[in-house]
Amino acid sequence: MLSIISQVVIAVTGFAAALLFMYGLKRMSSPATAASGIRVAGVGMLAAVLAAFLYFFTVEAAAKPLHFVNLGLAVLALAIGGTIAWWSGKTVKMTAMPQMVAIYNGMGGGAAAAIAAVELFGNHADGDTQLIAALFGAIIGAVSLSGSIIAWAKLDRVLKEPLQFEGQQILNGVVMLATLAVGGAIVVAVAGGPHVLPLPGLICLFLGGALVFGVLMTLPIGGADMPVVISIYNACTGIAVGLEGFVLQNPALMIAGMVVGAAGTLLTVLMAKAMNRTVFNVLFKHFGASKKRKRGAIAGSEKPVEASDAAIDMRYAKSVIIVPGYGLAVSQGQQKLYDFVKLLVAAGVSVKFAIHPVAGRMPGQMDVLLAEAGVPYDMIFQLADINDQFATTDVALVIGANDVVNPAARTDKSSPIYGMPILNADKAKKVYVIKRTAGGKGYSGVVNGLFYDPNSFMVYGDASAVLAKMIEAVKGLGAAAA
Amino acid sequence: MAVNVYAGAYIFMLAAFAGWVIIGNVPAILHTPLMSGSNFVHGIVVVGGLFVLLNATNVLEQSIGFVAVLLGAGNAAGGYAVTVRMLEMFKSSDDKPHHGARRRHAAHRATKA
Repeated sequence: MLSIISQVVIAVTGFAAALLFMYGLKRMSSPATAASGIRVAGVGMLAAVLAAFLYFFTVEAAAKPLHFVNLGLAVLALAIGGTIAWWSGKTVKMTAMPQMVAIYNGMGGGAAAAIAAVELFGNHADGDTQLIAALFGAIIGAVSLSGSIIAWAKLDRVLKEPLQFEGQQILNGVVMLATLAVGGAIVVAVAGGPHVLPLPGLICLFLGGALVFGVLMTLPIGGADMPVVISIYNACTGIAVGLEGFVLQNPALMIAGMVVGAAGTLLTVLMAKAMNRTVFNVLFKHFGASKKRKRGAIAGSEKPVEASDAAIDMRYAKSVIIVPGYGLAVSQGQQKLYDFVKLLVAAGVSVKFAIHPVAGRMPGQMDVLLAEAGVPYDMIFQLADINDQFATTDVALVIGANDVVNPAARTDKSSPIYGMPILNADKAKKVYVIKRTAGGKGYSGVVNGLFYDPNSFMVYGDASAVLAKMIEAVKGLGAAAA
Repeated sequence: MAVNVYAGAYIFMLAAFAGWVIIGNVPAILHTPLMSGSNFVHGIVVVGGLFVLLNATNVLEQSIGFVAVLLGAGNAAGGYAVTVRMLEMFKSSDDKPHHGARRRHAAHRATKA
């Protein structure tokens, strides 16, 4: 009786959780409703996890002797994993967000692979379809786990250079095929056919091969492409979870996993498009690999100006568009930038932020960093919505951004960034660029002609320090006027 | 509840379509929270981990099941924590704290005039 009630409660809660996840994700499509959306999804998750403890009353006879030990272990694992991740999630710096997401994602992939391992070692799969689903879930989950760890290491600068060598693609291909072959051998062995190794040995080899493949596949990819890679692994984990959901006959896992699998795939494609890359290029044609970068002939020179002069000029402008880049985040200048903007707004200047889709180290990260500094989201504009407005704007202020405002992307067919959508800062009547040093190249290694433009003026220095000077200058002006 | 391979294929197809449509018109401004939010949703894998661990019959299954719950719980809790943190930062100029800021600006302008 208790067993049947438990099963019904688990089924109903799972159904509700799947519904709440989809409703929550739907609400995440606007900044106004997004925070409530994730809370709705959180309620679904909490209910599903609590209901899962009712599995306690449904276990089969074989697991009965370990009943309470298992329950204790479950509570312990939930408490440890949940607490550590919660604490790290609450304390991580916003600039370190991409690698944090990579770690959480790898954990999900690892959990899916672990579930598959239990099903495989215990030979619980019911029929070939479930066995094959378990195997694919295991391989995708394991690749997502080890790949995400490498992605984290790269973004956290533990691994600095992409590791590339001759014949890398061939080696990766061989490891992949060998792992799949071991998977095939497992299917044969489970069906009672001949096997060279005992089944547990095959399973270890299979999981090990998948983990190694995840590492090998991620190592050659450069840091700039990591966001796309994280997004791919996010989709992979979703699919792995969905497949293990099928093995466990749990529709909530199937639906949640596959929704994320599809959503993650779409997000991956959108991100790659914004970076002027295809997903195939990210994975198999590595950006860092092309060493031939020629410096185009660029007329003119960089014209330095004082921070205070630039600030006062902007104070008397009618309209300013700000283009923040990763350099701003590196110097932690978002707060100072917003303070400066508030001064300009108070003086009657119309100020807007123009965000390139890949500003920051992860698409959308710059939006988060500005939001953290208190910038209201209606001041933040995306590329397509603001690009036509540069031409009618007095000043474009470029801070720590380079490739995303390089006009070569529009004009120079030989440039590696040709075709990438860029912000048309060069069309503004005047451009101020805050930049650490003279010269230098963007992440892509391309020289930026914008800096040599007759209408462009350079303010050298750390973004935070320069903005502090700019605030001083405008405030000093106010004091003098009073 | 039994899901056979046919029903399973339909569930996967419809769920994939739902995911594609739901995410289809998310603005770029939310791409980072969205990635961590969908990351949180696949944390539901912890439920599968709990099933496996509660049904474990030997030390091997207990150990791997323990790891599954540990990792799954980390995925769910961490994904939720960072997503909420990020989304709570997104404020419109019409939101309350900024009304105050606006009034200050207005007052500032008035004194200058």
